[in-house]
Amino acid sequence: MAYDKFTVLRDTAVPLPTENVDTDQIIPARFLKATEREGFGDNLFRDWRYDVEGNPKKDFVLNDTTYSGKILVAGKNFGSGSSREHAVWAIYDYGFRCVVSSFFADIFKNNCLNIGVLPVTVTPEFADKLFSAIAADPKTEIEVNLPQQKITLLATGESESFEINEYKKDNMTNGFDDIDYLLNMSSEIDAFAASR
Amino acid sequence: MEKTTLFDKIWDSHVVRSVPAGPDVFFIDKHFIHEVTSPVAFLNLEKRGIGVKYPHRTIATPDHNVPTVDQDQTIKDKLSRMQVEKLRENCKKYNIELHDLGTAHHGIVHVIGPELGVTQPGMTIVCGDSHTSTHGAFGAIAFGIGTSEVEMVLATQCIMQSKPKKMRISVEGELGRGVTSKDIILYIISKISAAGATGYFVEYAGSAIRNLSMEARMTICNMSIEMGARGGLIAPDETTFNYLKGKQYAPAGEEWDKAVAYWKTLKTDDGAVFDKEYHYDAADIEPMITYGTNPGMGIKVVDNIPTTEGMEGSNKTSFLKSLDYMGFAPGEPVKGKVVDYVFVGSCTNGRIEDIRSVAHFVKGKKKADNITAWIVPGSREVEKQAHEEGLVKILEEAGFELRQPGCSACLAMNDDKIPAGKYAVSTSNRNFEGRQGPGARTMLASPLTVAAVAVTGRITDPREVFNN
Repeated sequence: MAYDKFTVLRDTAVPLPTENVDTDQIIPARFLKATEREGFGDNLFRDWRYDVEGNPKKDFVLNDTTYSGKILVAGKNFGSGSSREHAVWAIYDYGFRCVVSSFFADIFKNNCLNIGVLPVTVTPEFADKLFSAIAADPKTEIEVNLPQQKITLLATGESESFEINEYKKDNMTNGFDDIDYLLNMSSEIDAFAASR
Repeated sequence: MEKTTLFDKIWDSHVVRSVPAGPDVFFIDKHFIHEVTSPVAFLNLEKRGIGVKYPHRTIATPDHNVPTVDQDQTIKDKLSRMQVEKLRENCKKYNIELHDLGTAHHGIVHVIGPELGVTQPGMTIVCGDSHTSTHGAFGAIAFGIGTSEVEMVLATQCIMQSKPKKMRISVEGELGRGVTSKDIILYIISKISAAGATGYFVEYAGSAIRNLSMEARMTICNMSIEMGARGGLIAPDETTFNYLKGKQYAPAGEEWDKAVAYWKTLKTDDGAVFDKEYHYDAADIEPMITYGTNPGMGIKVVDNIPTTEGMEGSNKTSFLKSLDYMGFAPGEPVKGKVVDYVFVGSCTNGRIEDIRSVAHFVKGKKKADNITAWIVPGSREVEKQAHEEGLVKILEEAGFELRQPGCSACLAMNDDKIPAGKYAVSTSNRNFEGRQGPGARTMLASPLTVAAVAVTGRITDPREVFNN
């Protein structure tokens, strides 16, 4: 079930330039034992965020109050590994609504789109610009405009367009999900199944 | 006529509708579910007030979080127990076939699917688990999905997917002594990188692949996701048909002949075009091991860890972060490093052939004193066969601890955790930070290399320990 509609998001961002962040880092397997979707945000990046005693690790970005916002700007190949949708649930539950990276793993990207967290793929150059801008001014604002498919660094006006197919864009701007679409073509699916 | 690939043939025949400027509505033949990624999907079905469209197309088993001891007793961990009970409840309510703990065909979902003959050439198969790519070994399109998609399949037997690009990886020639299919795939991933096949579906081809058994092919397809590919497949042939013949859910009699006739058409046409192709020589492949925290960070056991020469920016930072986690330095050899644990098991290498190869090589030997050795069969069937073939006795005499089937220390959702800071050489598929327990340091290798490490207590080239 999609969570909410996404049109334009203007906010500060949290930077995480580490490359190849896999979904085991986003939410370790031992926290996957819930049978409901809520509450995973507490354990987002658990082992990078807390030590074994459960104390916050000061050098991890989520524990640094300098950075905040609904946008996560992540390093290359973000979300690789396990298909666990819990990773996106944790990101959503923590408060992020958009993840920006120069490269996403496939399943993770699909999972994002399916629950209404917008994955924005930018060029490596633009990702570097974002990281530098956030480092220079943690309060710098980024605008993610889904209808226009455009991401803008508001302080300088530098922007880049991003890709998303029309169908998914329509879903996200209206808060629909794939099941709504599929349920509406039930008899077509039945006919297909019968022909097999 | 247009030349098409094996992947095209299967994909195109399962498209119910192509959404303009959008994905395909893709029909799923078989759906596997387990206790961890299915409960929220069922919960959402209830919220929507809808049921399961075709229950006979879904098969369930609890594997991810289950204990590997005392499976006949109630699960002690409360949250794990709740997930398994939820799975039972949902299967009963929606009339879904369940292979429960303790039953004849319980096991890791990607081990029991092929064992039962549910997995067949030409099918589309999904599961809320990224290693669903395993089933591609049979010439099926099989890939992992998220829980929202599990819900879609339960509700409609379809998912919305954009067709991936096509890649072919050919490995030609004869494998050297001590080199297994695990080494082939670790070698390929080390060349292509952990993200090198993202956006693609891979076909594995070439004589070195065709000469592999079904078990060995499954190991290769299993790890397709570790280079970012959605899945990987291998054209079905006599090896495939021989494996399937007589299996519980395989067609029989006239149906079998009809099925085989169709399966024989499932191959890439000569001259079909791929978006990307790689060619490797089997003679270049040697026993492999990983030294870092993603499966692309692999080297030959005899090689040194790369230096940071030529690396810069976040690439270098990430590389050093990874080595720091592992307690290794750039440029140093891995051979000779002391190891604490070995793990044989998982959907990558938990099949009978894997257990046979370990047993064969440790026969009459003892594990080193510094090693804790766990062996976890992929299914009850594998466990039973290992007993019948006398392998369990050999392994126990060598000091291995045989546990009951499940995903176990591959992802350490149950109690099978490697302690923080300890080194484990593992036949599983992921060496991510904390994958085998918080702080655990994982090195991926073949069952053969793991057997060599178990005996010597150190990172060892299996060719130096075993003579045959």
